[in-house]
Amino acid sequence: MAAERVDAVVVPIVSDADLMLARQKGRELAIALGFSHTDTTLLATAISEVARNIVLYAVPGEIRLHVVERAGRRGLMVVAADRGPGIPNIAQAMQDGYSTSRGMGLGLPGSKRLMDEFDIASEVGRGTTVTMIKWAQ
Amino acid sequence: MQVPILRQGDFLIASIQGALTDADLMQLREHLVQSVRRFRSRGVVIDVTVLDVMDSFAARTLRSIANMTRLLGARTVVVGIQPEIAFSMVQLGLTLEGTLTSLDLDDGLALLKSADKKRQRHSDGS
Repeated sequence: MAAERVDAVVVPIVSDADLMLARQKGRELAIALGFSHTDTTLLATAISEVARNIVLYAVPGEIRLHVVERAGRRGLMVVAADRGPGIPNIAQAMQDGYSTSRGMGLGLPGSKRLMDEFDIASEVGRGTTVTMIKWAQ
Repeated sequence: MQVPILRQGDFLIASIQGALTDADLMQLREHLVQSVRRFRSRGVVIDVTVLDVMDSFAARTLRSIANMTRLLGARTVVVGIQPEIAFSMVQLGLTLEGTLTSLDLDDGLALLKSADKKRQRHSDGS
């Protein structure tokens, strides 16, 4: 039997009911990679926040989880992608407390603090892609 | 998944059993508020020891539980926040303003009882 290399898990995000599954899948992969309990929690929290942004602003979207490797270290890459309205001012969106939905405005800047690497690309009218990586210690 | 709510005299204890969806959290809020009214509870303990993550929605919902139950005359204390959850909350910038927090169930109940005594003294005018 051929071995299956599972290095990408995709969780469609359509409603808040999908957030728990996204967190769970992230948690499972993190544990499989040997992440500490703390890092697993930080990762699951970051996934919850970026997936929640999709639910709030840009449904449908998806969370893609990839195992990545760089310089002998393994990590988990989280990609939150949607074809929603896009973010007109990314710098503004990355400020603590800025929200367009009477929320707390902590999701994007907060997720950046929870992860090791963070990138966001967005185009108004086309969509947004947030890419984050947490490395196993 | 419904969160079980136990009644201990004047207090209610809600013990979260595992991962909660948004709908579960909102149902907990509804259930707690109704129970405070029904049992004339003076305090609510929410035990989050086993909660998987505290994200912005969970924090916001816990705060609204505290606000709503306070309008009905009860205080809310959140107990059992795990160190890694506390760390992620601080990193995210989440607070639980409006709720009391305690380390565990025993401490939480003790806190509610002493807060209750203070309130009763004040209302006696002494």
